[in-house]
Amino acid sequence: MPEVQVRKKVTAVEEIFHEGGPVSSTPLCRAAALAVIRNPFAGSYVKEIAGFMEDLKPLGLEMARSLVAALGGDPMIVEGYGKGAIIGSAGELEHGALWHVPGGYAMREILGDAKAIVASTKKVGGPGTRLDVPITHINASYVRSHFDAMEVGLSDSPCADEILLALVMTTGPRVHARVGGLKASEIKGEDGLR
Amino acid sequence: MAKIMKANIRKIVTFVEETRTEMGRTVNPPTRRAAAAAVIENPCAGTYVEDLSELMAIGEELGELLTLRAVAALGIPATRVESYGKAAAVGENGELEHAAAILHPKLGAPVRKVLGKGAALIPSSKKRGGLGVALDIPLGHKDAAFVRSHFDGMEVRINDAPRANEIVVAVAVTDSGRPLPRVGGLTQAEIKGEDGLR
Repeated sequence: MPEVQVRKKVTAVEEIFHEGGPVSSTPLCRAAALAVIRNPFAGSYVKEIAGFMEDLKPLGLEMARSLVAALGGDPMIVEGYGKGAIIGSAGELEHGALWHVPGGYAMREILGDAKAIVASTKKVGGPGTRLDVPITHINASYVRSHFDAMEVGLSDSPCADEILLALVMTTGPRVHARVGGLKASEIKGEDGLR
Repeated sequence: MAKIMKANIRKIVTFVEETRTEMGRTVNPPTRRAAAAAVIENPCAGTYVEDLSELMAIGEELGELLTLRAVAALGIPATRVESYGKAAAVGENGELEHAAAILHPKLGAPVRKVLGKGAALIPSSKKRGGLGVALDIPLGHKDAAFVRSHFDGMEVRINDAPRANEIVVAVAVTDSGRPLPRVGGLTQAEIKGEDGLR
C-alpha cells in the first residue's frame, strides 16, 4: 500500500477557566492533533483500500502521543477523547472511515487500554471546512459530564486530494457540568459503557 | 402545534439527503438520511442558572417531536431506522451546559420510543455559536455502536439561528450506513443487539 504523506500537522489546546459560572479550580483542557495527508485514493474509485489502515497506525500513535504531550505529558490526566476526518473533494467519505482503527486504537493504547468506543464523525469538505469532533469519557461512554465536542479545521485544508485527520483529548468534564447522569466516580469499567 | 409545548419554538427545519453515486459508482439502493432541527428560545439565556430542569423537560418533548419529523421526512416506518444522532447549538447568550441539559438527561428515551428500539448510545455533539453555525451530528448504529459501516456524521446549519437567546436542537436518522462501505469491522448482519455495542 502507499506510504503516508503528511503535508502539515497542527496541535491546538484550549484551556477553559469558566463559562459564566464559578471559576473551576482545575481548568478544563481540550487538545486536538490534526494531520493533513495525501489521499492515495483520490480521483477515482478504488475498491481495495483497507490495507491503508495498517499504514496509518504509526501516524495515529504519533498524534496520540503528541496530544498527551500537549496536555502536560501524563496520560493519566486524559479523561475524554474523540476522532474525526475531513476528506478533500477528490476523495470519498469511505476514505475517512480508514481512520477509525488506526486513530482510535492508537489513543486507546497510549491511554492504557481505554475501554470506551472512541466517538467520531467525518465528512467530505473543501479547505476551511470545520468539524465538530464528538468527545466521550475514555472508559465509560455514558459518563454524562464528559459528553463534549471540539471544533477543528484548517483554512487551507483539505485540498481536493488530501485528508485532514483529527484526534482530540480532554482532561475532564464540561466546565460547569451539572445535568446528572452517570458520574466518572461511578464507572464500573467493565463494558466501556458504564 | 396541537398540544401546548414547553418549548417556545420559532422554527423547525428538516433536511433529507440521498446519495445515488459516489466516485462514479452507483449506490444501490441509495443511502438516505434526515435531520430535523428546532430553533427554540433559551429560557436560561443571559444569566447563570443553576437548575436546568426546564431545559431537560424541553429536551424530552423535542426528542419525540424531532424524531417523528425526521422519520417522516425520510418516509420510512420508524422501525426501519438504522442509525441516529443528536446535536445542539446554543446562541451567544447561553452556555454549553444548556445544550447538555436538553440533549442528555431526557431526550433519548422518547427517541427510542418512537423508533421501537435503540440499544446503543445516541452519539452527540454540541457547541455555542452564532447565526448559521454548522452542526455536525455524529451518527452511529442504533442497536450496536460498533457497526463500522454506520459510523458517519451529518452537517446541518440554519442561516438565521441560533440568535443570541436561542438554541438549535437537532435529531438525525438514517435508513442506511455510508455509501459503499468497505473498511470491514462489525457488520449489521452480525449484531447481537444485547449490550448496545455489538
